[in-house]
Amino acid sequence: MGETVLFQATGVHKLFGDFAANSDVSMTIRAGEKHALLGENGAGKSTLVKMMYGVMQPTSGTFHWRGEAVSITRPAVARSMGIGMVFQHFSVFDALSVAENIALALPPEPMRELSARIAEISSAYGLAIDPDRAVHTLSVGEKQRVEIIRCLLQSPRLLIMDEPTSVLTPQEAEVLFATLETLSAEGCAILYISHKLEEVRALCETATILRHGKVVATCDPRETTARELAELMVGDQIAWVEREGAGALNDQAKARLQVSSLSLPAETEFGVSLKDLSLEVNAGEVVGIAGIAGEGQTELMQALMGERLAPDAEAIRFDDAAAGRLGPTRRRALGAAFVPEERHGHAAVSELTLAENVVLTHHGNTEVAGGGWINFARTAEWAKRIRDAFDVRAGTENPIAGSLSGGNLQKFVVGREILREPGVLIVSQPTWGVDAGAASTIRQALIDLAASGAAVLVVSQDLEEIFSISDRIAVIHQGRMSRLYPVTEMTPERVGLLMAGAEDREVAA
Amino acid sequence: MIVLEPRQQPSRLLSILSPVIAISLMLIAGGVLLMAMGRPPLESLYVYFFQPIDEFWLYLTRPDERAMWIYTPSEVLVKAIPLALIGAGLTICFRANVWNIGAAGQYTLGAVFGGAVALYGPDLSIWLTLPVYLAAGVLGGMLWAAIPALLRTRFNANEILVGLMLTYVAALLLDWLVRGVWKSPTSFGFPVSADFSDSYLMPVLVSGTRLHLGLVIAIVVAIALAVMMAKTIRGYSVRVIGMAPRAGAFAGFSQDRTIWFVLLLSGGLAGLAGAIEVSATIGKLQPEISAGYGFTAIIVAFLGRLNPVGALLGALVLAISYIGGENAQIMLKLPKNVTGIFQGMLLFFLLACDTLIRYRIRWDTGAPRVA
Repeated sequence: MGETVLFQATGVHKLFGDFAANSDVSMTIRAGEKHALLGENGAGKSTLVKMMYGVMQPTSGTFHWRGEAVSITRPAVARSMGIGMVFQHFSVFDALSVAENIALALPPEPMRELSARIAEISSAYGLAIDPDRAVHTLSVGEKQRVEIIRCLLQSPRLLIMDEPTSVLTPQEAEVLFATLETLSAEGCAILYISHKLEEVRALCETATILRHGKVVATCDPRETTARELAELMVGDQIAWVEREGAGALNDQAKARLQVSSLSLPAETEFGVSLKDLSLEVNAGEVVGIAGIAGEGQTELMQALMGERLAPDAEAIRFDDAAAGRLGPTRRRALGAAFVPEERHGHAAVSELTLAENVVLTHHGNTEVAGGGWINFARTAEWAKRIRDAFDVRAGTENPIAGSLSGGNLQKFVVGREILREPGVLIVSQPTWGVDAGAASTIRQALIDLAASGAAVLVVSQDLEEIFSISDRIAVIHQGRMSRLYPVTEMTPERVGLLMAGAEDREVAA
Repeated sequence: MIVLEPRQQPSRLLSILSPVIAISLMLIAGGVLLMAMGRPPLESLYVYFFQPIDEFWLYLTRPDERAMWIYTPSEVLVKAIPLALIGAGLTICFRANVWNIGAAGQYTLGAVFGGAVALYGPDLSIWLTLPVYLAAGVLGGMLWAAIPALLRTRFNANEILVGLMLTYVAALLLDWLVRGVWKSPTSFGFPVSADFSDSYLMPVLVSGTRLHLGLVIAIVVAIALAVMMAKTIRGYSVRVIGMAPRAGAFAGFSQDRTIWFVLLLSGGLAGLAGAIEVSATIGKLQPEISAGYGFTAIIVAFLGRLNPVGALLGALVLAISYIGGENAQIMLKLPKNVTGIFQGMLLFFLLACDTLIRYRIRWDTGAPRVA
């Protein structure tokens, strides 16, 4: 059975303008195989699977499904062939129940029968879920189960999973792996997209590795070391961040960012409320806030940036100034700087040039905008300084932000804030979707900024990142914050327990 | 199923040429329409669009015969003044992604407020009275635009619906005034106000024509707004909020304040246009004061590529279609509504061009295709 070729991609190219997201990609998936698709962010993994699932079309090249050449024109076609996909960002309706959400994707059938089928699948594969619960009451891991069950009800022969563990705690991931093993044993092939090497080595028997849109290797990950895999993925040597004395706490250091008992009700029915949240970031340190997606990070960032005001001015202090009731511009005037998670449309306006994007956070500076007039010579100077200091690469002298690659735009928005020489820098997901080179540049810059006496707060879902740059770590869960732990006292397992909602005292024990 | 797919690289050339393409398409479709109405299409289109341009050209190129050809150019400009003033304000509003469709109502209120000053104000030097008159017009327009602004920012009520419905309220308010308290005792029962005294009439720029000071005001306003959009933090914040509201919030620009600003600005300019228009071309208040300019100005704003100076050109094109429409009524016995059809087609083709430049149409069959 393991020898039957199920799916084959041959010489697939995908061009976006001049940029080749995939070039000459070939891959073979056999029935029942657990096949990993490995690669850095931006290597072309998502592009390839979107073409396999009919979301976009290849520029050239062919797909074969069970020996026959096919053109997968849209997702409905992929589903009818027997390809299911669980996306990284779920497409579930929060206001509907589990069964109702699943019914939307299926041909009409009586709700009672569907609920019975859901219960059956859920017990057969260890995906515990109650069909009648409203989806907004589910945890992220449970929402993922809804997506998986929705795929399984259509009896797929190939299940594509896009970074499934990026939203799971380590403990939830274990449960998912058991489910995937069962599926594979029944003959369903699994295409597992990830950049987490240990996971892939534990689960998969074949790996296709992409770099810059090309297949660089196909191998058995169980017989390859994590180091070898990483080198294949990244190409040249990885520049690791350099730092000394992480976690060595200086009791004399002055707190530059203080959040005390911050509570903020959820803005919408499906938002997260912040509950009695406190933390302190001292001069010279990086504090990392870990947590799975959607546990209150967005709301915390809004509150810290001043996009939403705190109920009490004293809840947020920058240096000695109470800032809870101030808007973003006045907080920046106090020496704070912010980088929100989303680059396009939040940290930068895609349609505007880099020089124009400088104005977004520099308009409080009278040299850039004195008396309400923008000084375009100055903004161009700033844009150039940022590009030089952070090696922001682009085709033209003053490109629009939307034309930059994710890594280059991220270096620009981080650089724009760091060159302001802030006393407090607050960053969300600093290296999300960014290539390895840009990621190490950004992380190094954050560490250097802290070393120069600033307080740096990093909110990230990437545990590896949190551990590599933080001096102290806290975990956010359902709008509550754990206490701060020195990084030397923490392990990924203990952070995992906190992410799943364990109390501080249970972890300490 | 028809699917609109974003194009990877929309052509910059085409998006600049979009108004030209739309005008060409309007002429072709208009020719077909005129043919269906039993009129010779080419001659009729000449009367509509090219005769006014022709006369404009003759005026410019034959200095000796200027007196003979001045009528059409001056009348085109007179029509273009209110269109340009309202259109320029709307470009700012639309750039902020705020859809002020109620300019006709703000225009009417501008005329009503201006009218109150003109009817009850003292007869002093025009340099004292006219500024007060125009300021009252601005105030009236702003007041009317403040209603959708308030309802939008406080209750998230849709400004399109609120603004549109208020145009009817404004028209009825004007109607009630000129049939009631403001009705002239010497009007023989007609619903008109007393005539404005001379100190409330817009000064004429070229004697023998109706071309008035409003032209200068419209040009100054358009340039000032273009400078504001390009060079100031205020203009920048309007553009950012329109393109990416979250980036605007991140920058510290208040969305509510921007909504207030663009609605008061475009409302004020529509009110100014209303006050200028009744003073310059009617000289009194009456139920019909060409409030339709408030809707036509939407086409002007889009034709001008949402740029205040572009709106000047857009206003000229639409003004030509008005004058051509009047010529066509006389020479071809075509109903006045044909002008409205032309203007509607122009907006339709313009929006269609803009969409098709950015997207392509794909016909999607559901079945898997075996290659």
